[in-house]
Amino acid sequence: MIELKDISRLFQVGEQTVHALDNINLTINNGEYISVMGPSGSGKSTLLNIISLLDQPSSGSYRLNQQDVTGFNDDQLAKVRRENIGFIFQFFHLIPRLSTAENIEMPMILAGIPAVERKHRVSAAIASVDLSDRADHRPDQLSGGQRQRVAIARATIMRPSILLADEPTGNLDSRSGIEIIELLENLNRQAVTLILITHDQALGDRAARKIRIVDGRIC
Amino acid sequence: MKDTLNQALTAIFAQKLRAALIVLAMSIGISSVTILTALGESARSYIVHEFEALGTHLLIMLPGRSETTGGQPPIFGETPRDLTLEDAEAIARSRYIAAIAPVSVGSAPVSALGLEREATIMGSTAALRRVRHLNMAQGRFLPQTDIDQALPVCVIGQTIKNELFAKQSALGQWLRINDRRFRVIGVLSSEGQSVGVDFDEMVIIPVASAQILFNNHSLFRILAEAKSKKAMYQAVIDIGQIIKRRHDGEEDITVITQDSVVNTFDEILSALTLTVASIAAISLVVAGVLVMNVMLVSVSQRTPEIGLLKALGASQSQLQWLFLTEAAILSIAGALLGLLLGKLALFLFQMLYPNFPVILPTWALMAALLVSVLTGLVFGVLPARKAAKLEPISALAKR
Ligand SMILES: Nc1ncnc2c1ncn2[C@@H]1O[C@H](COP(=O)(O)OP(=O)(O)OP(=O)(O)O)[C@@H](O)[C@H]1O
Ligand SMILES: [Mg+2]
Repeated sequence: MIELKDISRLFQVGEQTVHALDNINLTINNGEYISVMGPSGSGKSTLLNIISLLDQPSSGSYRLNQQDVTGFNDDQLAKVRRENIGFIFQFFHLIPRLSTAENIEMPMILAGIPAVERKHRVSAAIASVDLSDRADHRPDQLSGGQRQRVAIARATIMRPSILLADEPTGNLDSRSGIEIIELLENLNRQAVTLILITHDQALGDRAARKIRIVDGRIC
Repeated sequence: MKDTLNQALTAIFAQKLRAALIVLAMSIGISSVTILTALGESARSYIVHEFEALGTHLLIMLPGRSETTGGQPPIFGETPRDLTLEDAEAIARSRYIAAIAPVSVGSAPVSALGLEREATIMGSTAALRRVRHLNMAQGRFLPQTDIDQALPVCVIGQTIKNELFAKQSALGQWLRINDRRFRVIGVLSSEGQSVGVDFDEMVIIPVASAQILFNNHSLFRILAEAKSKKAMYQAVIDIGQIIKRRHDGEEDITVITQDSVVNTFDEILSALTLTVASIAAISLVVAGVLVMNVMLVSVSQRTPEIGLLKALGASQSQLQWLFLTEAAILSIAGALLGLLLGKLALFLFQMLYPNFPVILPTWALMAALLVSVLTGLVFGVLPARKAAKLEPISALAKR
């Protein structure tokens, strides 16, 4: 469960203070499917970064699974991320010199999972995103849709309870976009909390709960 | 551990030019350290060996008290008494001395069969051969006689033989030194230079004959061999007392033991080797700085990747180790290449100068390896820490 209380995030840009998030209160239960929409620069990515613990709020408190994570240090945050959260980015963020299989394996290496088990889980994950014949390809040898599927396999390999996707279809044509969304919705049906940022109204409408952000506020 | 190694290796192979640069810099440092240490160490052992070849129980006596051995400085204007054959005979009676060879040296023209040249004339006794470990090519050395017996015989070196008796046997021939005739009874085998004394250019005659020849009753040196290494120090004291008794209470003689000479050279050359090696080590530091620079560039180039790894749950220590491992691998590769280059250079050197013994001491090898890995790590720490401390979000945002 995600509980955000009075979360603000300020950015100091020169003389000016930007309120990227302004007193956000939000509770998300396990297994929910939420879409986040809003104009560009409204604070969607900032919200997702705070939920994913990549960024810290300027004020407010954040409880994740009944645990206050606001004051955690770098390594504690890394551990929480590793065990609870998977992300999917608009620009895929795969490591270019590693193959499909190696990219997917990476979170497990960081978690110290033994090699034998890793191999097992990697081939299962590759099969689940339908990339078995591309296991040894590097990212630059894959299409955008295929890359995003690698990213999804990587994000889910640690079996996180929360999946965050920041415009996962932003760089894809509509057909591969739909494929990716269906893959994510399938995971949501297996009780994974899914939070999806999108600019596409049709995609946003598929979610059970729709959040709209304008100027750092939920409305 | 193995995974970190794998990650570091793939990262290295992803940037081959960068890796090659570091490895090259490191290898230049290491090879210069190994080459210079090996040369210094070889020079040291060469010289020490040369002196040891003189004989391990050798004592060298010279007239006059050397100030460097301490004691009272000589009163100004006082000239030391000469060493004489009688002094040598008295010293020979010491129970710590096994053999004694008085030496007088001069230069004179020598001629035979109408050919003439300048030569160094050394007057000594039969014991010289034992004390200086001389070998005969032909004939025999000076005969055992009383020390003051002036026999007209001589032993000549290889160069003298070749120049004066080019195509014939020298044995039994007459050799004229100044206006006296000496019969050649032996030819020394060629020894090459031995501590600056070239026996090849030498004519050796009985010491009494030399004193007559040069009309000089003082000795240049007295060489002696102690009965054992232990007896050497007692011999030094004994000799001092003998001379004191004979020279009206003045101990005006300097006794040099062969091992004190060896030790002095040993110390000087060890210090020299160390100095030279330290200078070479500076190039290692330069290599270290290069490692640091290249790693820093690598960190900023890989900022998005580092951000991603942090986002995926990498701890600070994991990232730090990843970059340290990379630096260490590059350093070790550089060190190994450097050792190889160094060995190759030493091998070539050995081919050019086969007489000069080239040795690479193990401690130098180990030290060079250790230092290179340490520099790699020390200079790798800063970039590694920088990587570990990156904010994941700002690292990811950079594209
Ligand atoms: N690192 C930063 N430094 C300064 N200002 C920032 C920073 N990150 C975001 N902002 C500002 O915060 C506001 C919200 O940014 P955010 O990236 O969350 O918008 P967004 O809703 O994701 O927009 P988009 O739809 O274009 O991705 C913007 O005004 C942006 O300029
Ligand atoms: Mg955004």
